[in-house]
Amino acid sequence: MKKSANDQSASGPAPIQEAVKTVIDTLGISSESNLIGVLQEVQARCGYLPPEALEAISRRIKIPLSRIYGVVSFYAQFYTEPHGRHTIRCCRGTACYVRGGQRVIDAVKAELGVEEEQTTEDMMFTLQTVACLGACALGPLMVVDSTYHGNMDPRKALRVLQMYQEDSG
Amino acid sequence: MESEMTTDKIMTDEISLSIDGTEVTVPDGTTVFMAAQRVGIDIPHLCYDPALGLPPTGSCRLCVVEIEGQSGLVASCCHPAAPDMVVHTNTEEIRTTRRVVVQLLISDCPQECLICESCGECQLQKYAYELGVEQTALLKEPVRPEPIQDGPAIIYDHSKCILCGRCVEVCHNVEVTGAIDFLGRGFDTRISLPPGVPRDESGCTECGNCIDVCPTGALSFAGARRAGRVWELQRTVTICPYCGVGCQIVLHTRNNRVVKITGEPGLGVNQGRLCVKGRFGFDFIGHEERLTEPLIRRNGELTPVSWEEALDFAAQRLAELKSEFGPDAIGGLSSAKCTNEENYVMQKFMRAVVGTNNIDHCARLCHASTVAGLAKAFGSGAMTNSIDDLDQANAIFVIGSNTTECHPIIGAAIKRAAQRGVPLIVADPRAIELTEFATVYLQHKHGTDVALINGLIHVVLQDGLEDRDYIDRRTEGFEQLQAAVEQYTPEFVAKITAVPVADIIRAARIYANAPAASIVYSMGITQHITGTDNVLALANLAMLTGNVGKPGAGVNPLRGQNNVQGACDMGALPNVYSGYQKVDDDEVRAKFEAAWDVSLSPTPGLTVVEMMNAAAEGKLRALYVMGENPVLSDPDSSHVEEALRKLDLLIVQDIFLSETAQLADVVLPAAAFAEKEGTFTNTERRVQRVHKALEPPGEARLDWQIICDLARRMGYEMSYPDVAAIQDEIAAVTPIYGGITYDRLAEGALQWPCSDGDHPGTPIMHVEKFSRGLGKFHPVEFIPPQELPDDEYPFLLSTGRILQHFHTGTMSRRSDVLDELVSVGTIEIHPDDAEAVGIVDGQPVRVSSRRGQIEIGAHVTERVMPGTVFLAFHYREAPANRLTIAALDPIAKIPEFKVCAVSITKA
Ligand code: SF4
Ligand code: SF4
Ligand code: SF4
Ligand code: FES
Ligand code: FES
Repeated sequence: MKKSANDQSASGPAPIQEAVKTVIDTLGISSESNLIGVLQEVQARCGYLPPEALEAISRRIKIPLSRIYGVVSFYAQFYTEPHGRHTIRCCRGTACYVRGGQRVIDAVKAELGVEEEQTTEDMMFTLQTVACLGACALGPLMVVDSTYHGNMDPRKALRVLQMYQEDSG
Repeated sequence: MESEMTTDKIMTDEISLSIDGTEVTVPDGTTVFMAAQRVGIDIPHLCYDPALGLPPTGSCRLCVVEIEGQSGLVASCCHPAAPDMVVHTNTEEIRTTRRVVVQLLISDCPQECLICESCGECQLQKYAYELGVEQTALLKEPVRPEPIQDGPAIIYDHSKCILCGRCVEVCHNVEVTGAIDFLGRGFDTRISLPPGVPRDESGCTECGNCIDVCPTGALSFAGARRAGRVWELQRTVTICPYCGVGCQIVLHTRNNRVVKITGEPGLGVNQGRLCVKGRFGFDFIGHEERLTEPLIRRNGELTPVSWEEALDFAAQRLAELKSEFGPDAIGGLSSAKCTNEENYVMQKFMRAVVGTNNIDHCARLCHASTVAGLAKAFGSGAMTNSIDDLDQANAIFVIGSNTTECHPIIGAAIKRAAQRGVPLIVADPRAIELTEFATVYLQHKHGTDVALINGLIHVVLQDGLEDRDYIDRRTEGFEQLQAAVEQYTPEFVAKITAVPVADIIRAARIYANAPAASIVYSMGITQHITGTDNVLALANLAMLTGNVGKPGAGVNPLRGQNNVQGACDMGALPNVYSGYQKVDDDEVRAKFEAAWDVSLSPTPGLTVVEMMNAAAEGKLRALYVMGENPVLSDPDSSHVEEALRKLDLLIVQDIFLSETAQLADVVLPAAAFAEKEGTFTNTERRVQRVHKALEPPGEARLDWQIICDLARRMGYEMSYPDVAAIQDEIAAVTPIYGGITYDRLAEGALQWPCSDGDHPGTPIMHVEKFSRGLGKFHPVEFIPPQELPDDEYPFLLSTGRILQHFHTGTMSRRSDVLDELVSVGTIEIHPDDAEAVGIVDGQPVRVSSRRGQIEIGAHVTERVMPGTVFLAFHYREAPANRLTIAALDPIAKIPEFKVCAVSITKA
């Protein structure tokens, strides 16, 4: 119920019911379908996995809602809260930290006006931090969606953000 | 002997292995864990629950063992035994590994065994003790999230949860509800309903089976908090007092009160699982409103008197009325809640002491048409197969049975079958839960069952799917059937029933093509003016396809009350003595006259509804009611009340001052099931022992002793030293119970027919031949219900039960958990109709029929068809039977509870 307000404010994501319907119809989902694939597809369209979507999936492919939440909550890739169009993951691991990772994080926070795990008002970015992204040599590291941006400093980081903002015009 | 052993060998490949030096031979495919159990070695285990009968998940690693020649320890619960394997289950290395496992698990637990409800039962505690696990520094700061109680019954304490997954397994794969699962990851992982969904909207049925399987104190029953721990409670194994499934329950009592009820893992027809009523519906037993002393009406008031006085008065008045108006002016209602022994004694009292066959009970209102119909077709009116037999069905056809709510344990078995891929056909005017599991769902209009079933038969014949050989050898009357169903083409039937042609054809083919197909039905079939016809039509369909007399098949009526089968078996019916022996058969009567040493009336007596009519007309002067509540349970209750008020004498023997007892002249306080020894017979003809756990409150007494005292006062010597002696008399005069004795029952339940001491009982009936010899086809024609909607009363009302309550609510509504789950009744109405009437969900409506009116809240749901409404009959403040019609099936005299016309307006 709470979510419906968010639905409207979300400029990017397609209306939920429609998205679920499209995914389920176009993928020809049946009870044998791979649940993770379905969840990924619905999330790609809606930006996140709203409860209504999970309920619809549960009904359609006849998997109990509790199990769907089990899967969704197990994988870090799934979001049950509205999520920005782009996910920024800044590293706070040791290697990045000693090269000034924290300053990058602070700069991004200040620019976007959000804390960790929050989403910007325009639904453009969600900020996350992670312990180590496994590419320490490139540190300080910032990953946007699946693109790695290495050797960051506050100035470069802001330029990267600008790039994404302009892209989606 | 010889031949038996050889067949054994052929049937299963056996392998031998050694476990801790003991040789053990087991069927191939057995796990090491189960093989060890065979020789009495209980390997420590936490995530695996052998009693559930589910495959192991293998997550806890406590069950590790050493197998010679294999490196490392293996989890015995998932490791298959192999020939010549040498297994060690308890070496120092194994103990060390186990110690580590338990240490890790317990380090998350607050270790507050001093105050933990599960202390003494907790498996973690047990293994920590056995392995000598020492209290260690905790791995992390103890986080102690508050236990969650999100309903009246279940508490979840995350900090005691070892994430073994047993509760998830039972919920998804046994109960097939899937309400709970693991949520989150890492340290945060917990067991949870879908986040944000309240328990009562989650699909959780509150069966509490998750509590029973939880090995620690993580899941517990709120009602038992601080009420005593395992060593302080007395355990009594007995049978559930609610529905006809006949689940085995364990009463845990202390200070003459029930603290909690559990199942006994792996035992009973329920295999240790229970539904919400059986587990939580017990507060009525020790309820403060229990009757504790006899009452007599004086100056209009029911006034406490001594037993002497009450019994003297009742006996004297009965005798007077008998001599003035004759024995047939007196009637008796026996009880499907009482034991077999009590029902036997009650019908004997009416017949031998009063001298009339006016004895009946509420089976008239639920399955009289089954008893009549199946007796005509097969020669015996009971469930042909057994409950566990459903596991062998290749297809299941459920019609007119809301199984998951009314017979939940059988409902779960049907859901499990569907989950395994067994095709399920569900025919019901309401979109009940089972329809979600159905391969084909036939939403036929109320009261069109004969047309639908004839349509299925038509398709079977048209496609040539009938079993010719079976028809020739085992049945008679086939040609007449063939002729009668000729006109029931799918197109014709679709018009009557509103079921699409394609679905009729598909359902018929699924049913007929299955090697063994089971029919399951209940009151949606029986409670019609065509109830007997409906039953006959189902019998036709089953015989046509050779589906009677073999495993996984049959025609299976699910009986409503815990002992309604037994009450019928015992002859609490106006036309038969115990064992369905006819009162108008001279030979039979002579036998009973000799056994009871009296002369008996050869005229069949009146049925329930006929008794009410006779009372209203002044022909019936006295009624003796044991454990029934006709004011709420019978159709057209205003008429019933009026009839009862006219009586010269109304004796009511009950555990509460029911709506009927409030009208009585004499009220006799009786004992409840938990206070009795005796037997109940469940829906599959299984005679099971009931055991006493508590003393009756106040002066309440056992029903059979009260009846015997009345009999003696009326000059007939009736006395038994104990219930076993009554059973011996039953066995002596009742061939189908002939071999049933308390000695044998102590070893296990028996299914009738069981003719003598060596007879093993009968799980499947009509195997070689039908009870009546040949099975008989009875052609039946579609007849519409008596009262259909019209302009004045535009809605069709159907009545029934819901999961959380039972019958007139005397018991369930006096049980805290059940009452909290559903405290007010509602009427189900379709959204379109709700809009037309101008109401929204939860708003009160006035429901009126030609017979009366009630007010009740609306529950707007697509479960019901447009133009129809559904109402449960549990609520005394909104009695459904004030609306229903006393239209009767001409053969079985069962009323048409399932269809009458009503109007609905905003209240
Ligand atoms: S769950 Fe077991 S170990 Fe933990 S406190 Fe309760 S009894 Fe003790
Ligand atoms: S009470 Fe029954 S349905 Fe509810 S979570 Fe437990 S096992 Fe599942
Ligand atoms: S609640 Fe009990 S049964 Fe369920 S996972 Fe936790 S410990 Fe196991
Ligand atoms: S610490 Fe930043 S990527 Fe490894
Ligand atoms: S009992 Fe075998 S792994 Fe848990």
